[in-house]
Amino acid sequence: MRNPYLPYPVRIDKITTETVDRNLKTFRFVFLNPEDEEKFAYTPGQFAELSIPGKGEIPIGIASSPTEKGFVAFTVNKVGLVSSYLHNMQEGEVMGIRGPLGNWYPWDEMEGQNVIIVGGGFAFTTLRSSIIYMLDPQNRPKFKDIIVVYGARNPGMLLYRDELAAWEQRDDIHMHITVDGTDDPDWKYNVGFVPAITEKKITSAEDAIAIVCGPPIMIKFTQPVLEKLGFPPEKIILSLEMRMKCGIGICGRCNIGDQYVCKDGPVFSLAKLKKMPPEY
Amino acid sequence: MTDKIFTKDEWLERLGGVKGDYKVFVPVKDGDFHMFAPIDSGKKPDFSYQNTRLSPKGLVYPQSERIFEYSLDKQDEDAFIVKEAPKDYAPQAVVGIRPCDAQAFQIVKINFDNKEFRDPWWVQRFESSVLIGLGCNEPCDTCFCNSVGGGPFSEKGLDALLFDLGDAFLVRVITEKGQAFVDKVGGGAEAAQDAVDKAKRLALEAEGRMTSKVPTDKLKDKVVLDLFNAPFWDEVAFACINCGTCTYLCPTCWCFDIQDEAYGKQGDRLRNWDSCMYPLFTLHGSGHNPRDKKFQRVRQRFMHKLKYYVDKYGDGVQCSGCGRCVRYCPVNIDIRKVCARMNAYEG
Repeated sequence: MRNPYLPYPVRIDKITTETVDRNLKTFRFVFLNPEDEEKFAYTPGQFAELSIPGKGEIPIGIASSPTEKGFVAFTVNKVGLVSSYLHNMQEGEVMGIRGPLGNWYPWDEMEGQNVIIVGGGFAFTTLRSSIIYMLDPQNRPKFKDIIVVYGARNPGMLLYRDELAAWEQRDDIHMHITVDGTDDPDWKYNVGFVPAITEKKITSAEDAIAIVCGPPIMIKFTQPVLEKLGFPPEKIILSLEMRMKCGIGICGRCNIGDQYVCKDGPVFSLAKLKKMPPEY
Repeated sequence: MTDKIFTKDEWLERLGGVKGDYKVFVPVKDGDFHMFAPIDSGKKPDFSYQNTRLSPKGLVYPQSERIFEYSLDKQDEDAFIVKEAPKDYAPQAVVGIRPCDAQAFQIVKINFDNKEFRDPWWVQRFESSVLIGLGCNEPCDTCFCNSVGGGPFSEKGLDALLFDLGDAFLVRVITEKGQAFVDKVGGGAEAAQDAVDKAKRLALEAEGRMTSKVPTDKLKDKVVLDLFNAPFWDEVAFACINCGTCTYLCPTCWCFDIQDEAYGKQGDRLRNWDSCMYPLFTLHGSGHNPRDKKFQRVRQRFMHKLKYYVDKYGDGVQCSGCGRCVRYCPVNIDIRKVCARMNAYEG
C-alpha cells in the first residue's frame, strides 16, 4: 500500500493572481511523474494537502475539474505560514501535493436534478471544479438546470472573472453574480448579499439539490432562505473547513463528534450536520 | 502450552542475553518514577514497580518521529522532493508491560490500521514488537481496568504474561510471537502445579483489590447531542488548566501534529504527539476556532474517549483504565467520575 502521507512531487506550472487585493492566487501544478496524475484521480468537492518541503502542509479544495487534463489547480488565500510562502513561490518551482482527500459532492444523487450552487467569496473553488465538470459535454445531459448564485465583497474580489463572464453568455447555465457593494458605474450584475439574491433568484426547490459553500455568516443566512423555499435538509449540501494535518482520519484533529471532516467530509448534508455537535 | 518458571535472577540474566535478536525494554526507576528503558541502558531493571509514569505507547508511536526528509539545495536533482526517512524496525520486546497498557495498543490499533488507511510507521513498529506483560499483584487505587474490558492479569493484547511469585516469575505464553521470544530467552523450568495454583490465586486476589468500578454500559445508547449539551461540562472543566498532562500520559490518546523543520539545505518532516487541550489544536488560518473555550476542549477529550469512539467503532470506550490521568492531573479531574456522570445522564 502506498504511504498515504507521502506527497506526489509537482512543479508549479502557472500562477494567476485572482483578486485585486492580491491575496488569492490560483496555482496550476503539473506532476513530475506523469503516472502520478492517474493515481491522483479525483471528484469535484475533494481537497488535497499542498506540501511545501521546509514549511509544511495545508488542506485546500481542488479548483480544477477532473475533465481538465494535464494539471491540477488550487486557489489559495494568503493567511498563514505555508500559504504566505506559497504566494511568494515562482512558476517552475517544485513542491508536493498529497491526495485526493475526503469525500465529494453527491454526484449520483444530483443526476437528473436541478443543481443550485450558492457560493461566497473565496470558497468558490470546489464550486468552480463542479461547474466545469457539469458543463463538460459528456456530463451536461445528466443534470437539469444549473443555477449559480455567486457573490463577493466587490467586483475585484470575485474569483475566475473571465470564466464567470463566459458562463454568463451561455444558455446551459444560469448565472447570478453579485457583490456586496460597488462604486463601479459599469457594474452590470447584481448588488446585494448572497442570501438576499438567492431569495430573489431561486424560485423552486422542486427536483433540486443546493450546494452551499462560503463564509459561515453567508451559510447562516442562506440556510433559512433555502429551507423556506422548500429544500429539505437532505438536499442542502455544505462543505466544511477545519484545521487538519494527516487528511486521512488518523491524526485526530478535525473531528466533529465521531466524524472526521478530512475523511468523512468535507461534504456533509445539512440533515447529517444537524445530528452532529455544532462544533465547526 | 505449559507455563514456565524462572528465578528472578535467571530471568533477568537471560533477558540480557537476547539483545542480539530483540531490543529489550524493561521498567527502570528514573528519579521518583518508573519508565521503560533499553535493558542495557545502565539503569537497573525493576519489576517491583506499579506502573510507569509515561505509558509505553512511545515505544510503538514515538513522541517525536522523523517521517520524511528532503533536500532544499537547488543544485540537487531531487531538491524539494519528499522521501521516506530510513527507520529501524528490528524486533523489540517490551518486558514487564502492564495489561492495561497492552490493551491500549489494541484500542488504538483501529485508528492506525483500518480498511481505508494504514499508518505505515505505527503498523510496522507494532508488528515488530512483542509484548511480555506483568500481572498486577497490587493494582493502584486509581486503576479501573476491569471496568473497561481488562483486568490486572488480563491477557488481552499480550504475547506472554508474567506472574510475580515473589522469588520467581511464572511465564505464561499467549501467542506464537510470545513463544518465539520465550524460546529465545531459553532456560527456566516447567512450572509445578503449586506455582500455577499460586499464580491463579494472585490473579484472583488482585481482582478483589480493584476498588474502582466505573459504569460504561449506557454510554452507547445516549444521544450524542444530549451528552454534548449536558449541563455538567462547565463544572467538569472548572479547575482544568489545559496542561495536557492527561493526554500525554494516556496510552490511548493518539492525536498528532505534523511539522517541517529545516536545517540549512536539509529538511525533515516530523510528527509529534499533540493534545486537544490546547487552543492551537483547532485554530483555523482565518482565526476562527471551533474549540476556543476551555470547557469545549475538556468536553472533547471525554466525549472522544467515552462517546465518539464508542459510537464510531462499537467496541467499548477509548480507555484501558490505567488511571494515569487520575493520578497525575494537577487539579484532580477524575475520568471515573466524569464517566459515571455521562453514563447516568438522562437528557
